[in-house]
Amino acid sequence: MVALLPDYSELQDAVAAAPAVSPVGGRTHWEVGGPPPAGAVEVSAPSGVVTFDPDDLTVTVNAGTPYAELAAVLAEHGQECALDPRDPAATVGGVLATGLSGHRRLRWGPLRDRVLEVRFVTADGRLVKGGGPTVKNVSGFDLPRLLVGSLGTLGVIARTTLRCQPLPAASVWCTTALDPFAVRAAVLRPACIRFDGATTHVLLEGETADVAAELAAISGTECAKPAWPDAAHRGRISVPPAELRVLLERLDGLGGLGGGGGLRAAGVEWAAEMGVGTVHVAAGAADALVAARDAAEAVGGWLLREQGAPGIDGFGIPLPNVALMRRIAEAFDPTGKCSPGRLPLTPAPVGVPLAGEQSDGS
Amino acid sequence: MNTRRGIARACSHSVPSTIRRSLGPIDGSIDTSTDTPDALLADLRATLGPDRARAEPLELALYSRDAGVARGKAAAVCFPRNGYDVAQAVRVAARHDRPFVVRGSGTGLAGGATPLDDPLVIVTTQMNRVLGVDADQRVAWVEPGVLNLDLSREVAHLGLHYAPDPSSQQACTIGGNVGTNAGGPHCLSSGVTSTHVLAVECVLGDGSVAQLGGLEPDIPGYDLRGCFVGSEGTMGIATRVAVRLTPNPPVVRTLLLDFLSIEDAAATVSGIIAAGIVPAALEMMDAEITRAVEDFVGAGYPRDAAAVLLVELDGLPDGVAHQVREVERVGKEHGARTVRVAADEAERALLWKGRKSAFGAIARIAPDYYLHDAVVPRTKLVDVLRQVYAIAAEQQLTMMNVFHAGDGNLHPLIVFDAREAGIWERVERAGDEILAACVAAGGVLSGEHGIGIEKRDAMPLIFSPDDLDAQARLRDAFDPSGRANPQKVLPRGSRCGELVRVPEGTWI
Repeated sequence: MVALLPDYSELQDAVAAAPAVSPVGGRTHWEVGGPPPAGAVEVSAPSGVVTFDPDDLTVTVNAGTPYAELAAVLAEHGQECALDPRDPAATVGGVLATGLSGHRRLRWGPLRDRVLEVRFVTADGRLVKGGGPTVKNVSGFDLPRLLVGSLGTLGVIARTTLRCQPLPAASVWCTTALDPFAVRAAVLRPACIRFDGATTHVLLEGETADVAAELAAISGTECAKPAWPDAAHRGRISVPPAELRVLLERLDGLGGLGGGGGLRAAGVEWAAEMGVGTVHVAAGAADALVAARDAAEAVGGWLLREQGAPGIDGFGIPLPNVALMRRIAEAFDPTGKCSPGRLPLTPAPVGVPLAGEQSDGS
Repeated sequence: MNTRRGIARACSHSVPSTIRRSLGPIDGSIDTSTDTPDALLADLRATLGPDRARAEPLELALYSRDAGVARGKAAAVCFPRNGYDVAQAVRVAARHDRPFVVRGSGTGLAGGATPLDDPLVIVTTQMNRVLGVDADQRVAWVEPGVLNLDLSREVAHLGLHYAPDPSSQQACTIGGNVGTNAGGPHCLSSGVTSTHVLAVECVLGDGSVAQLGGLEPDIPGYDLRGCFVGSEGTMGIATRVAVRLTPNPPVVRTLLLDFLSIEDAAATVSGIIAAGIVPAALEMMDAEITRAVEDFVGAGYPRDAAAVLLVELDGLPDGVAHQVREVERVGKEHGARTVRVAADEAERALLWKGRKSAFGAIARIAPDYYLHDAVVPRTKLVDVLRQVYAIAAEQQLTMMNVFHAGDGNLHPLIVFDAREAGIWERVERAGDEILAACVAAGGVLSGEHGIGIEKRDAMPLIFSPDDLDAQARLRDAFDPSGRANPQKVLPRGSRCGELVRVPEGTWI
């Protein structure tokens, strides 16, 4: 018998009563994708760690828990959960709903692989569980993965069980003079290979002796943790990693923006996660983000707007299999009250230019 | 270079990353006069080729079940050669208003491929080509009928392998692995099938073709790939799969520890995790299965042990050496009698042969076995094991336990002779009680075999009506026709009724 948890009744009532709802976490990912729904009632999941048994390598948290708080609880027992949001003030629910994987994806896989169980509140206020609390589970359909990246359109994530891992004995950022495309073959399990057009940074994690050996193997120089590009207008490109070489050349070609003088002079910064295919782009001007999006789309990728550039479309491309996605959305939320507009589930009518084709001129 | 080019073509797509080829609309009008097995067979042969479909009694018997116990009946069986054939077969089934069931090698243990409702069985074993391997990006595109172990063999010369390694890996297909989200001993550190599947090209229930997921790290919208993996053929049929390949670690060490009590072995498992080590594999075998395996393989397992642990560590030389010392220390602290580190590859292979031969070994004890699959939180292992032994004793059944201790995945194995009167009832009763004990300990119904038909009616043990309703909505959104592998995974009555009609404040 599955008992309804009384803790979530307030959230359930709020969702059921509202004509439209918009889940809110730490607002650190607030502008990701489609625009925040206007006029929707903002609701928040409770905060706090529910259960943590270090021997199980799993933790159950309320979705409103800030990542920093979760990380602190796990660290007390020598563990971590590799969600790795840019801003540790992000809530666990917010990270899951936006589905943005962290910078150690090369080693630990995408965000969705960390999620074992999710409880979410449906449009009509029911509390629904998907997945299970154990590290291995194929009982029923994978609702947790469906919810990761759903941007609140299927319901409000209330709590989740996540897979944890022991903190690595050693964790070292270094720079290397190796070709950024060659680093992956030289290191067994790099956590991150970051290349920004000038410098290659590598994050090595693992047993102390192994980190030292790999540091030597790539002639690495230890350094501080590098910052990821940040500016008023920011997004992330997603391309098949095999296309990175061509894409990065094209991005460098964008240096002509703003009257020459190279990319940085034009106020555009980028950093690629090699082997993953994610390229973080930040620019002082929104049109630079549009140019980066064009470069990504030319090699079969796309750019997700994460912040700023309010005049451009959140995704730039139609959702693949949009008819199927729409059927799923309608199945969970028949009246379309959950985060309306966050995902372009209804394609723009023919003849109307996509917002991404215009610059906001800022 | 050719293969690389091939895969680049296969994988890079113009925006959007979806291929939804039009195969023309399915003819919705069904002439019921043609809705006979003979008409279905004739249509299949006309569409796919005369040698591509069969309905002789021998074939129908052969495809009436998988490696599970449930038996059904197919209307016809067909053998597509490619994704286009699969789409055609699905459309033929629709024309005759018949469901369809996809099947790989039939090694599934939960009856997921058992044909129910007189369906067309679509067998993918002849779609067995590795389409392209990109060694740099560590990705392969494969057809669903490629055997799991064949894929690893095919890429071995590149220093790569496909990580999920179910015990049936010599026989099971990648498509079947995708269907059940298969696991295996090495999934402890590397994750189960879903972690290793980047994209799936599939035929949906309406005969259309879609690519779910992609080689780019993120796809806008929902993770349809994630929904499809583990859906046991209820959301469509995979026709091409892009899988992640894993580099072979430079150093692998395998240890065998033996104990005088199960409790000590389980405490060692927890101790290893607490020491910050997540081994590549961490397997436990109890006294009965250890003896059976040793008599069968002669791997040098101690015949008088109450439990043995097989621990595999991999990585770089220094780190692995350190972890070997740690595991030895933890084992000794918890009463390990001996810690044997395989000296070479031959000894390592022998130790694994013992583990992987478990099911061959039991055939020497009794002709039939029933293998369970359930997961409990690792910390509940010992409690649940005690209950499992008590259940077996009460039902007077021979029970052996071999399991993935690292992730709490139990495989209690009941060995019996089906000719014994009344034995099935006892075996089933024990199975139900074992499942109930696992669920009571906070576990789940299946770790890697799936739900299929075997555990379908146990789903309400862990899911509320609302939970099941949500899963039914997802399944129906994927396949509004309901033709894809009907009656599997979700018990009857999972659908709660139309959500919008429920008065506010009412709980269903």
